[in-house]
Amino acid sequence: MIAIIDYGMGNIHSVQKALELAGATAIVTNRIKDIEDAQKLVLPGVGAFGDAMSELKKQGLVALIKGQIKKKKPFLGICLGMQLLFRESQEAPGVKGLGVLGGVVKKFSASKGLKVPHMGWNELEIKNKNCPLLKDIDNRSYVYFCHSYYPDPAKASVAAASCEYGRQFACVAWQDNVYGAQFHPEKSQENGLKMLKNFVRLC
Amino acid sequence: MLTKRIIPCLDIKEGRVVKGVKFLGLRDAGDPVEVAKVYDRQQADELVFLDITASVENRKTLVGLVERIAKNIFMPFTVGGGIRDVQDIRDLLNAGAEKVSMNTQAIKYPDLISKACGKFGSQCIVLAIDAKRNQDSGNRAASWEVYINGGRTPTGIDALGWAKKAVALGAGEILLTSMDYDGTKDGYDLELTRAIADAVDVPVIASGGAGKLEHFYDVLTKARADAALAASIFHYREYSIRQVKEYLKGKGVPVRL
Repeated sequence: MIAIIDYGMGNIHSVQKALELAGATAIVTNRIKDIEDAQKLVLPGVGAFGDAMSELKKQGLVALIKGQIKKKKPFLGICLGMQLLFRESQEAPGVKGLGVLGGVVKKFSASKGLKVPHMGWNELEIKNKNCPLLKDIDNRSYVYFCHSYYPDPAKASVAAASCEYGRQFACVAWQDNVYGAQFHPEKSQENGLKMLKNFVRLC
Repeated sequence: MLTKRIIPCLDIKEGRVVKGVKFLGLRDAGDPVEVAKVYDRQQADELVFLDITASVENRKTLVGLVERIAKNIFMPFTVGGGIRDVQDIRDLLNAGAEKVSMNTQAIKYPDLISKACGKFGSQCIVLAIDAKRNQDSGNRAASWEVYINGGRTPTGIDALGWAKKAVALGAGEILLTSMDYDGTKDGYDLELTRAIADAVDVPVIASGGAGKLEHFYDVLTKARADAALAASIFHYREYSIRQVKEYLKGKGVPVRL
């Protein structure tokens, strides 16, 4: 069973349905027991970094999530959910993220015709073929992005795939049992569903 | 490379598609989910659903519909029409919409843009502008006026200035409809689109006037739009999404195929 952590920050139905299509039983929950009992966790998210962290705190989920990750439970953060894994974000100076991954989240700078948000379908460049999330995904596959901030991991090896938008940024993060996707797999048609299936099949 | 987007638009009334959609083999051409599935298969890059009922009782129907769409298609879509406040936006995003678009309410309460962006992030807040060219500009540069209430009410507000202001307030994208060209099939308003696309640093979706393949090329290159929206030429199967994209690819425009 996969628990999709519900902290009131959007986009949960499509994530749930996509995971079910990928063969999983997925529940949407913010209950401690459900999260502890789940075999895998997904942290989705649409919204602002500061709001999201204060919601997680308010609901007593910060220590719980960190504890579950320490126990090596497979964990997938999507979009804002990925960004929350890092130490902090330029979107909310002074607000601490979960700090599970080293590095910070930065804002794209709109210049030289670069439109921000980065919105639409862009290619991913696979950096680490061994990343289980990217199994059977072709290099240069298109996925759907919708964000103004990008993660900048402290360790380059964390970036399992990158994307080019004004600069290279990590669009798939992987460290042990922790996975992050800056794009929306649940909105990326076949390629996205394949990645979710890969996550569902992880042992 | 980030690709240019081709976006079919569906008008929704009381949870059903209106304005007619002619697809062969559809069980129910009025069901937004059925129509969305067709466009999903054709590899549309996004969908836009515009609710034209926009009554209070209708909000629940709309949220229910958005949930149903999100459970059936795995591509991004925007929902607009009749949004009143932050709670409406929250409901639609929680139901699975990627983005929401606002016109009338944003004009009446520009604060709503900044509030919504603070809560949900700019990336999901789309400003819709219905613009009509001012006729008597004389020797001055062309200008356009913003209309609200589904094109019924002129506001006296300049479209270019409003676009800049809304982006400063946080709007993450502009859905720009030319009222002069909408429904004509004579092509997009390139001058309007270019003026707005050059003035703001967020993506611009051009809308109104698509009738031929070269119209897409022109608006995405000469007018620098990031995305092109069309309704009837897709609904009446004059062109499929794929045909448009193949044409664009042949002309060197980056598209997802």
